[in-house]
Amino acid sequence: MNPAFSVIFLTTLIGAGQGLFLALYTGQVYALFDLLPAQDSRSFYAVGSAIALAFLAAGLVASFFHLGHPERAWRSAAMWRTSWLSREVIVLPAFMGTVFLYGAGHWLGWQSPLFSLPGGYPVDATLLLGAAGTLLCFGLFICTAMIYACLKFLREWHTPLTVINYILLGGASGFVLATAFSAAAAPAASGFFGGWAAVLTLGALTSRGASLVRNTRLKPRSTLATAIGVRHPRIVQKSQGFMGGSFNTREFFHGRSKAFLGGVKWGFLVLAFPVPLLVLAAGLAAGSPAILGGAFLVQYLGLMAERWFFFAQANHPQNLYYQAIS
Amino acid sequence: MTTAATETAAATREVKTTTCYMCACRCGIRVHLVNGEVRYIDGNPDHPLNKGVICAKGSSGIMKQYSPARLTRPLLRKAGSERGAGEFEAISWERAFALLEERLAKIRATDPKQFALFTGRDQMQALTGLFAKQFGTPNYAAHGGFCSVNMAAGMIYTIGGSFWEFGGPDLERAKLFVMMGTAEDHHSNPLKIAISKFKRDGGRFISINPVRTGYSAIADEWVPIRPGTDGALLLAIIHEIIAQGLYDRDFLVRYTNAPQLVNVDPEGARHGMFVRTEMDDADRSACFDPQDQLWWDRYDNRAVHTRSAGADPYLLGEFRLEDGTPVKPAFQLLEERVREYTPEWAAGITGVPVETIRRLAHEMGVTARDEKIELPIAWTDSWGVEHETVTGNPVAFHAMRGLAAHSNGFHTIRALAILMTLLGTIDRPGGFRHKAPFPRPIPPCAKTPKGPEGVQPDTPLGGMALGWPADPKDLFVDENGKPVRIDKGFSWEYPLSVHGLMHNVITNAWRGDPYRIDTLLVFMANMAWNSAMNTSEVRNMLNDRDENGEYRIPFLVVCDAFQSEMTAFADLVLPDTTYLERHDVMSMLDRPISEYDGPADSVRIPVVPPTGECKPFQEVLIELGSRLKLPAFVNSDGTRKYRDYPDFIVNHETEPGSGIGFLAGWRGKGGEKFMRGEPNPRQWEMYARNNCVFHYRLPPSYQYMRNWNQGYLEWAQRARIIRYGDPVLIHIYSEVLQKFRLAAQGRRPGRQPPEHLRERVATYFDPLPFYYEPLETRATDTVKYPLNAVTQRPMAMYHSWDSQNAWLRQIHTHNYLYVNPGTARNQGIHDGDWIWVESMWGKVRCMARYSEAVEPGTVWTWNAIGKAPGAWSLSPEANEARWGFLLNHLISEELPGADGTRVSNSDPVTGQAGWYDVRVRIYKATEDEPKETWPRFEPLEPYPGMGRVRRLWQAFVAGKREFK
Amino acid sequence: MTQLALVIDLNVCVGCHACVTSCKEWNTSGAAGYLSDDRPYDADPTGCFFNRVQTFEVGAFPDTQTVHFPKSCLHCEEPPCVPVCPTGASYKRAEDGIVLVDYDKCIGCKYCSWACPYGVRELDEHQKVMKKCTLCVDRIYDEKLPERERKPACVLACPTNARLYGDIHDPDSQVSQAIRENAGYQLMPEWGTHPANHYLPRRKTVIRIHADELQRADNPLKIDGKLPKPALKEPSLDDVTSW
Ligand SMILES: Nc1nc2c(c(=O)[nH]1)N[C@H]1C(S)=C(S)[C@@H](COP(=O)(O)OP(=O)(O)OC[C@H]3O[C@@H](n4cnc5c(=O)[nH]c(N)nc54)[C@H](O)[C@@H]3O)O[C@H]1N2
Ligand SMILES: Nc1nc2c(c(=O)[nH]1)N[C@H]1C(S)=C(S)[C@@H](COP(=O)(O)OP(=O)(O)OC[C@H]3O[C@@H](n4cnc5c(=O)[nH]c(N)nc54)[C@H](O)[C@@H]3O)O[C@H]1N2
Ligand code: SF4
Ligand code: SF4
Ligand code: SF4
Ligand code: SF4
Ligand code: SF4
Ligand SMILES: [Mo]
Repeated sequence: MNPAFSVIFLTTLIGAGQGLFLALYTGQVYALFDLLPAQDSRSFYAVGSAIALAFLAAGLVASFFHLGHPERAWRSAAMWRTSWLSREVIVLPAFMGTVFLYGAGHWLGWQSPLFSLPGGYPVDATLLLGAAGTLLCFGLFICTAMIYACLKFLREWHTPLTVINYILLGGASGFVLATAFSAAAAPAASGFFGGWAAVLTLGALTSRGASLVRNTRLKPRSTLATAIGVRHPRIVQKSQGFMGGSFNTREFFHGRSKAFLGGVKWGFLVLAFPVPLLVLAAGLAAGSPAILGGAFLVQYLGLMAERWFFFAQANHPQNLYYQAIS
Repeated sequence: MTTAATETAAATREVKTTTCYMCACRCGIRVHLVNGEVRYIDGNPDHPLNKGVICAKGSSGIMKQYSPARLTRPLLRKAGSERGAGEFEAISWERAFALLEERLAKIRATDPKQFALFTGRDQMQALTGLFAKQFGTPNYAAHGGFCSVNMAAGMIYTIGGSFWEFGGPDLERAKLFVMMGTAEDHHSNPLKIAISKFKRDGGRFISINPVRTGYSAIADEWVPIRPGTDGALLLAIIHEIIAQGLYDRDFLVRYTNAPQLVNVDPEGARHGMFVRTEMDDADRSACFDPQDQLWWDRYDNRAVHTRSAGADPYLLGEFRLEDGTPVKPAFQLLEERVREYTPEWAAGITGVPVETIRRLAHEMGVTARDEKIELPIAWTDSWGVEHETVTGNPVAFHAMRGLAAHSNGFHTIRALAILMTLLGTIDRPGGFRHKAPFPRPIPPCAKTPKGPEGVQPDTPLGGMALGWPADPKDLFVDENGKPVRIDKGFSWEYPLSVHGLMHNVITNAWRGDPYRIDTLLVFMANMAWNSAMNTSEVRNMLNDRDENGEYRIPFLVVCDAFQSEMTAFADLVLPDTTYLERHDVMSMLDRPISEYDGPADSVRIPVVPPTGECKPFQEVLIELGSRLKLPAFVNSDGTRKYRDYPDFIVNHETEPGSGIGFLAGWRGKGGEKFMRGEPNPRQWEMYARNNCVFHYRLPPSYQYMRNWNQGYLEWAQRARIIRYGDPVLIHIYSEVLQKFRLAAQGRRPGRQPPEHLRERVATYFDPLPFYYEPLETRATDTVKYPLNAVTQRPMAMYHSWDSQNAWLRQIHTHNYLYVNPGTARNQGIHDGDWIWVESMWGKVRCMARYSEAVEPGTVWTWNAIGKAPGAWSLSPEANEARWGFLLNHLISEELPGADGTRVSNSDPVTGQAGWYDVRVRIYKATEDEPKETWPRFEPLEPYPGMGRVRRLWQAFVAGKREFK
Repeated sequence: MTQLALVIDLNVCVGCHACVTSCKEWNTSGAAGYLSDDRPYDADPTGCFFNRVQTFEVGAFPDTQTVHFPKSCLHCEEPPCVPVCPTGASYKRAEDGIVLVDYDKCIGCKYCSWACPYGVRELDEHQKVMKKCTLCVDRIYDEKLPERERKPACVLACPTNARLYGDIHDPDSQVSQAIRENAGYQLMPEWGTHPANHYLPRRKTVIRIHADELQRADNPLKIDGKLPKPALKEPSLDDVTSW
């Protein structure tokens, strides 16, 4: 496939936003159970939510660039019964709304306990909103990933690893972001976030690595023989029927060399995982929000490369029909 | 959201029928108009030719009509600007006519041959030919000489008809179809319809071609052959057919000259001539073939008149007449000729395995013999014998330029016609079928003047500009045997050049050999590009000046509809209409659209008004003819006779009162007559009402065996399709050729070839087909240039003129040289590499593409996809100009002749251009060379009056010409 | 239930592209509006077409087949392009199985094109909506057209009649018979899309000549006394026995 920057931005930006929200909420839950010092609801949770929301909104805006008719985007919620894209379109705003409420709750101090959990842990509105947000957040990860994973003949994508990757990669970037944010807004918690960020990054590395290994072993199920229905081991396309290119040659081919692809792969393997981890460690050691911010930036760049590669590596069976001009 | 949606019911919608001209096939089309704009073009289901189907080109007519490359104003080359630069000022038609009138009147009054009119792939030779003849110039021809004259001459001199537009395979009834050297032919849609039906009916289709493209794709068997060697294959098949006795003896006896006795006295003056009983051939009318020869009767074992009652001739044997003259039946001579042409011999030349050659012969022979068709159609032959049935031997052939466009093509095609005859398949069901006005006498009656006296000031030409020589008397040469025509047609160099040699006109005029001319008018031919051999040099010649600084061809007029490469060289450009904007006729006097079952002609009727100031070339000729007072175009008092072209078509008769005009349908005062009859003022309307076609179906008893069908021949004579109603006996043995040979051998009184041509004529005017390597091959170091290079027509492009078509050019924007992977790898060439292709004459840089569908000794490309930068309203950076190439740069129009002379790179019998004889070598281009084709020319700029091109995008908005 | 479809007979398709441009012409002039072209007179011209004819070479010289292969939307019975469409712009009609795009609903997200394994959807780069073969739904039901012409434009254009059109669910239809009798097949069956369009394979007709068919009593050489006979001097039974 030919990676589209709108989609790369969409998926990476909302991934980071989702991860950041999960980090905030994890922090809140830990704090609830006194595993972490409580943070300031305004400067930490509300501002954090706003940052997450900003990422989500930026993703949303990016997604509009992918549409031929953004003014009709509202129509895309219609087919939630069958379409993961439609579901994503529903879940993303729902999630954003929830994050907004979550942040608003923290900002406005909706902290009067509504009820208590066994053990006397008070549950307030933000906690409930956070729980709902978490569900939606995972729902959104699943929707986004399933958009790709549900296409059976895009075999590189058609695996549960795609869902896991989206969750882990989004989570990792969000937690790195949370680490950087907390270093500024709640330094006491930055170690906590940093720890999880490292765990998630390593987890993402494992699952992404697994999918890379899997994909290199894939044997195409469609061949020219099945594509045109002629049984012969030696079939060569001579003409695709037109010479100046078409949608089918622009949308489904990245047009880059193998070497370029290899470069991007190693690039993201380095930029999205070890480098951010090192910078993270350095940043935590130095307690520097700037360095930690750098870790996030590096990882984000890596993830963009990862996403580019994710699209480029997917070999669409339609490409069998568009091999040669003459 | 769309323009169409906003179009209300108030829009006026019309459907008009006319005839397509996106190619020369001439299908019936329906043009759907909305508010007078062309919206949709589809095939006319009621048209006999295409029966409702249409092709890729036909469906893209809209983009031709609204092409930004259209010329819309008469243009005069800017004073001081160079030819080829394409710098013009727009002028009025009145000025253009005045210029032409003045110049042409002067030429006509002094030396009419100083005016030359050559036309390309057009369909109005009846009118252009009439104009030239009336003007009095011999220098007229159309594309035939560089196209397929070998096909016309080779077959018409043998069976009185031919493929091309004159006849074809009857696939309706055939069981075996053998196609040779054809890619996408003239009878484009009808042949596709027929091949598909044939295959579905279980017929077997064999294609013999170095390349598997076009129709060959769906052949049951592909027989790859080395280019230029089909003659060897056909002769070997004939060898095997005779050796196995698989010929149709009865057919040969009754309908051919196979049993006729040939004088084989090696010393005699009549050596190689048929023994005749009545008169000397010197007195015969040129196309009247009296049946006064002899047979050797098997029963009485003596010579008898042909067709003596009760006699049955020997086909084989050697006999002596009473006067001691040794004689042999013509068939015996054929048998002797092919004796050495064994399948083993041919395999080495053609690359076709021996077993395949034998099998082909057996398949043909056994199918013809054992799958006989008997139609319950009674008919009477020319000798009064009544037949209860029409018999068919269902083996059909088709062949075109793969055989024709070689300098040995004439004899190859004769061999094919003879093979078809041996199998008994001429004008019979399941075999070859004629289309009216064929069959014609062998040779047809039309003749050119016989010498320079035929060309006189202010006088029409004393004969036809093109004709069919029957013997050396008919050549168009002066007392020294020198040509009268600028293209040297009908001279000893190419005696049977029945379509002229358009490919030599510019070179000859430039060199002044045989003489220089003043004005060259080119209509519908891109002679500075794809119909030129040696294109780069020809372009230089067009722009070359003599010692006095005058252009060597002083005045160049081009009538075209588009900004072609040729228009850039014109001094005066006349903007033609498109086929949707004009009246046109596909006349019986030219090449009509006749069907096997009877004559058919057709017309075009404008469906939209002319664009800008475009004027149909037909109108230009009528206007010029009237201004120059050419007899056919003026009344006896010198006043203009015809208002316009439609008026001319209706009222012109070949001679006053002849009742023969351009159109055969709805003649007579009320349209009640056909073929002949007085002019009918409402003839156009009647064509319009009848799908623009007139189709006369002959009664079944006249539909077959027309060479010898008494009923048909009498009908055709009455309809004035032919002058004589005599049978057209098939010339297995060609006495016509022998006459030229005898003259060249100095054994025949009368005209003699110049000394340096004696051997050439004696060699190639062999009365029986023989195989020789193409002339160019013999002149080439084939070790250095081991490969043959040929072109093919792509189905979705017509010659050079479809690159202005926004849809078609998306299918073919540039071209590659296709190479067999084995051949390419030997040169270290990868698929897609930039390479050089080099012949003795020039070289081009292009891209290579592997193909397993080409014989290893052949490379090929699509024809005429490459374009000069900026031509056709394309941007100079268009793929056609950057990556497309013409093979023509590699092909020479001349070859070294005897004694330092030059001869045309053509068949020595017919002057057919040897396009497919060129030998090349290929090698990789170096890495530092530009990744662009070479040669590349200076870009052209748009001319005044041309459409605005939006380079960003053009949307064809629901039929509206909308450039945004 | 009806399932309209095209059946393409590769045995007779000569790759002429008539179906390509007749489709472009009909659809560009039709009610749904033009199909745009970019750089029509410049480098790399490109445009929106619903139907393309491709060429493949099968086998190696000299046993090469040149296969021309027309391809447009196959109107799958299980069309993966439909359920993924978020707006419902892509849909499959219940009444005749045609898969269509509602241009007024389409947001141009291209997702359906990703979901089609056959590469037959094309985004119109200027109208920014997804397009594809409509099976000429604006012709086949048009009562203003004569019965004969209520067929797709490409079907009517095709000179070899390689494009058959009809209801593949009706066992008696011409298309069903053609599929049944000529081993009609579907493209990429491995994805379970069940394309409604089918293809008919190349077939090969051969003539077998038996050796004895070359030896016939009525061989014309006999009449001319040229059918080879053994020379009188060659050995025969007369040389060895006398009864
Ligand atoms: N679409 C389309 N149709 C056209 C035209 C067009 O430009 N476009 N042009 C029209 C015109 S003017 C003409 S003259 C006709 C020509 O119609 P064709 O004669 O079919 O034209 P070519 O494309 O020249 O095809 C020549 C074929 O002969 C093969 N060939 C070359 N040398 C040999 C040989 O030595 N032996 C054999 N057996 N085969 C050989 C080539 O591989 C090629 O397949 O087409 C007409 N129809
Ligand atoms: N290498 C190679 N060269 C070849 C051949 C080959 O096989 N190989 N084939 C040869 C053959 S067979 C032929 S017939 C020739 C064809 O050669 P040409 O006759 O030169 O053919 P076209 O390219 O069709 O050019 C005809 C001109 O007619 C113009 N035209 C189109 N429509 C109209 C109209 O309505 N009115 C007017 N006035 N002009 C119009 C076009 O713009 C174009 O400039 O090419 C020959 N050249
Ligand atoms: S074959 Fe020629 S005449 Fe017929 S539709 Fe096509 S372009 Fe027109
Ligand atoms: S129109 Fe018919 S023959 Fe031509 S490419 Fe299309 S399907 Fe094949
Ligand atoms: S061919 Fe592609 S676009 Fe057409 S129905 Fe099937 S999946 Fe959908
Ligand atoms: S591009 Fe249009 S038709 Fe395709 S999935 Fe998106 S909205 Fe649906
Ligand atoms: S059915 Fe109609 S829309 Fe589909 S390919 Fe044919 S002409 Fe085009
Ligand atoms: Mo031609």
